[in-house]
Amino acid sequence: MTTKQETGIRGGIGTSALRPDGEPKVTGNFAYASDLTAPDMLWGATRRSPFAHARLVSIDVEPALAIDGVRAVLTQDDVPGEPLFGQEDQDQPVFCDGVARYWGEPVAVVAAEDEETARLAAEAIRVEWEELPPLVDPEVALDEGEIFRDMEIRRGDSTVAGEVIVEGFYETATQDQAPLGPEAGIAIPDGEGGIDLYATTQWIHVDHRQIVACLDIEPGQIRCHPAGIGGAFGAREDISLHIHVALLSLTTGRPVKMVYDRSESFVGHVKRHPSKLWCRHEADTGGRLVKVTTKLILDGGAYAHTSRAVLANGAFFTVGPYRCDNVFVEAAAVRTNNPPAGAMRGFGAVQTCFAYEMQMERLADALGMDPLELRRKNALEAGDPMSTSGQIIEGSLPSLRVLEAIEAIPLPDDNTDADPRLLPGGTGLTTPPSSVVRGVGYALGLKNLAFSEGFDDFSEARVILTPAGVEVHTAAIEVGQGLITVCQQIARTVLGTEKVAVMWDDTSSIGSAGSTSASRQTQMTGGAVHAASVGLRDAILLAHDADELRADGAYRTGALVASLDDICADGPVAHHVTFRHPETEQPDEYGQGDVHAGFVVAAHRAVVEVDPDLGLVRVVRVDTAQDVGRALNPQAIVGQLEGGIMQGMGFAVMERLVIEDGIIKNPTFTDYLIPTFMDAPAVETRIVEEGDHWGPFGAKGIGESPTISSTPAIVAAIRRATGRDITRVPVLPEDIVGI
Amino acid sequence: MTTVSLMDFIAARDLDEALEAKANDPSSEFLAGGTDLMVEVNLAHHRPPSVISLRRVDELRDMPSNRIGAGMTWAELERGSHVGLAQAARTVGSPQIRATGTIGGNIATASPAGDGLPWIAAANASIAVRSKPRGERLIPWDDFFTGVKRTALEPDEIVTSVVVPDDIPSAQAFAKVGARNAMVISTVSCLVMRGDDGFRIALGSVAPTPIRMPRAEQLLNAERSPSEESLREVARIVSEDVSPITDHRSTEAYRRHAAGVLAMRLVERCLP
Amino acid sequence: MKIRFNLNGDERDVEIVGPESLLSLLRRDLDLPGTKDACEQGECGSCTVQLDGDVVCSCLVMAADAQGSTVITIEGLGTEDDLHPVQQAMLDKGAVQCGFCTPGIVVAGANLLEENPHPNELEIREALSGNICRCTGYGAILRAFTELAEQGE
Repeated sequence: MTTKQETGIRGGIGTSALRPDGEPKVTGNFAYASDLTAPDMLWGATRRSPFAHARLVSIDVEPALAIDGVRAVLTQDDVPGEPLFGQEDQDQPVFCDGVARYWGEPVAVVAAEDEETARLAAEAIRVEWEELPPLVDPEVALDEGEIFRDMEIRRGDSTVAGEVIVEGFYETATQDQAPLGPEAGIAIPDGEGGIDLYATTQWIHVDHRQIVACLDIEPGQIRCHPAGIGGAFGAREDISLHIHVALLSLTTGRPVKMVYDRSESFVGHVKRHPSKLWCRHEADTGGRLVKVTTKLILDGGAYAHTSRAVLANGAFFTVGPYRCDNVFVEAAAVRTNNPPAGAMRGFGAVQTCFAYEMQMERLADALGMDPLELRRKNALEAGDPMSTSGQIIEGSLPSLRVLEAIEAIPLPDDNTDADPRLLPGGTGLTTPPSSVVRGVGYALGLKNLAFSEGFDDFSEARVILTPAGVEVHTAAIEVGQGLITVCQQIARTVLGTEKVAVMWDDTSSIGSAGSTSASRQTQMTGGAVHAASVGLRDAILLAHDADELRADGAYRTGALVASLDDICADGPVAHHVTFRHPETEQPDEYGQGDVHAGFVVAAHRAVVEVDPDLGLVRVVRVDTAQDVGRALNPQAIVGQLEGGIMQGMGFAVMERLVIEDGIIKNPTFTDYLIPTFMDAPAVETRIVEEGDHWGPFGAKGIGESPTISSTPAIVAAIRRATGRDITRVPVLPEDIVGI
Repeated sequence: MTTVSLMDFIAARDLDEALEAKANDPSSEFLAGGTDLMVEVNLAHHRPPSVISLRRVDELRDMPSNRIGAGMTWAELERGSHVGLAQAARTVGSPQIRATGTIGGNIATASPAGDGLPWIAAANASIAVRSKPRGERLIPWDDFFTGVKRTALEPDEIVTSVVVPDDIPSAQAFAKVGARNAMVISTVSCLVMRGDDGFRIALGSVAPTPIRMPRAEQLLNAERSPSEESLREVARIVSEDVSPITDHRSTEAYRRHAAGVLAMRLVERCLP
Repeated sequence: MKIRFNLNGDERDVEIVGPESLLSLLRRDLDLPGTKDACEQGECGSCTVQLDGDVVCSCLVMAADAQGSTVITIEGLGTEDDLHPVQQAMLDKGAVQCGFCTPGIVVAGANLLEENPHPNELEIREALSGNICRCTGYGAILRAFTELAEQGE
């Protein structure tokens, strides 16, 4: 890794600068949305549908209103403005509008003097239901035309055929983001008919738009503020309690707080789309991909949320980081009575990467070829056309360097230690060392950066120089990934001072920064902060005929010509930028066009040890080589790589929501299992730097790559250890045993 | 200030006080480690009108050497001398759970997946229970556990200890299959002992209660040292004789298979 | 009913009305929101406190049962002006992302080092196996404790 600091500034880009919100977090002083309170506050609670599909026959709120301490009970009849909300399509009613379409759909909310009373009152509402048969099979939904979006990709010649053909059917289960911090929000009236909302979210401006529409108030009357959030991973991209708590506050004229408990959280946010894929990979005997044909179905659940975008992300990434001139895809996101699906880290590219990488593994075996050699032979690089859309890849895409880097990491030694914690089954003592088989698997994954298909993707930032230091203003949401640190580092480097504070602005103070998702914030908000800092610096240098800006003022040929006080004589100096990435376009009817803003590639290698008789897996190590463009904060990058690998590992061997007839059977941490310290593999990371064509200092977003190819690397390793063709994730013990 | 419903709370200082309170109000609930009751309070919004805390009742811990006090925590049992029980204790929950969760709670809750229960079955132990009016009675384990989360405990009784027979073998081995390596409810668990009277095989999570495998034990005890073929036969018999279900954690078929594999492996582990 | 217990070094008298957990008491009534409520089932460790020298899930302790006990929460381990070595190590190693698991890990980890100043990696993993982290993948946390173990505070 060869990152040098641009300037001698401490805490500039390229350093592992410590996060500015770290001290409050380690001392327990950091205010998460769930910690906030206000004087005279009411608590909110939600009544939900017990059925996946049912007609709401009648609802009687009187029993709830009669309870002492209850201040409001609201249903769909009480929604003053638009009855429907949604990020892409507005198709979900604020409350059940006569038909419940998923288990847990909100029916009513209550505000009361305390949490217990609110909950009791919510349960006291008398609701009469007529249960209806739920549509839960996505293939049936497709046949019946229950489609959020379908699309076709056709590139090249459908009549060509490969000499070696591998076909497969793959399934991925429903993964939950399971962030530790629950959904939480508090809405506080401003005394003038408006509200300040502090809620867990990934995009305050898109929340604001939907709340304004549904509450039928002036945009200026609601201010959505960033609030401390305990993780997101896509779960907070869509509205959960926002409209409810805002409406309760408007109705009662008092602050209202709402927090979902863990089981309610499982119901209350969107999940990763479960998927089915039918794949056919055709290659010549030399191992070159000739044609790839895929059919993809994503189960979007009851409402649209971001299914249109997720589908595109899946469909365009059905081949992955490989060249192929003949690509055919049929893809659909369907509507069912299953729990609504939406954004989760990887956003469609996870499901398809699992399928195409298992296909590549099987293709390598069919060709008698080394699996890495097959990938090298077909690796997509800058200047190549994207196999699905035909878009010529601008910027960097160091696939070969990434493959080289991962192969160079020494494999771990064989385990000779009989400590049970190093064996499958751990302290469960299930497995003698003699029953262990080791396997190694590789995977390569591709992801797009930022928003696509012609979406007007932008981020606003304002950078202000004051005598006390620099303020960076943004509406971008920090979910823990370290954006706040990177923004500081960029401003420090450009403006030549360590003293930079990042201020989280609300919707009334600055324009949108876009969503904290799509691996976009480092490039988009980082790009905005960079451009605003450069603009500010250049304006100051021009105004004072200077050539260098340092911490204490403007300098010309090494001499101070204007102190900070001089520069700020008429007040603080600000520069505002709306940053956009290179334009993308909507694809034509065959999915062709410059659809994406940029690409990022990563490789993973997994070493697993399997007990084949019990089907238990120990993931010994997962290594990764990551294309980062430019490493702005190496320690923060490693944090993302390791964290993403853990989520990818969870999806590989233990995480799934068990959903039967639309009802989640395991909405608790007892039975939705995420990896613990005793499950976590060791991780080796390698960073590959090749600057991208846009974004601050050539940096790329890397938030999602770690969850994309980590899962198939682990499954490939299990496959090699056991000889079993695994075609679904998570891999369960019964899949390995074969019963 | 939270306005939850009023509650009687008795921090019992000794067993007599606890039993008196329970006799006066059989609906009152015992609180030891809190790992079951508090989950009900937090998530099911259970509001017990009366709670008797056993945390300070030393009589549930100080026991003669042939008994294990119901108040012993998993952390303490992990360091104890009963090897199989210590192995099981190590797998319970997490360090936080092991610090407060008790074996008495495990017994009284009688979940089919209770981690301590296969050891009790393999030990041929009895459960000592006590009430104010009737004093102590000993209930053999297989009379005590009557069904899924059902026991022979009367409403005014408390579990005081596990009575361990003198002939408890020293060769003991435990194993538990779970979907991850910590904080996991077992898919299948197994406890094998080998004593002078032969092998004992007990299993958990494969029936409404912990169970023994008499057919498999009989086969093993008929030979002086079991052959490879006998071991495989043990696995097969165990797979047949358990009655697991399919639920969101695992399938019947897998549980049958895993029960057989564990039994076979633990028998091997106990061989001299 | 009234209970008295020692909280972060101070004797406290508190009114208890119902079966609420110690976690609830700390967050709602005692204005100590540092201890977190990610699951309230004892399955995540975000509510970890030290109770009479043991690490426990405060969501599983009935507040009324804290009578006579000594409780240490995250707020009692260090302040921004005077960080506990565990807190400093977590910061230095980048082991804090969203931070929701952090108080529980600091409390559990501080307790581990008190009892065992030089734990090896497996001991660190097992001691913290009741603390779930969703963001970091545990790597940086392990590096923080490995370094502390080498220093042997």
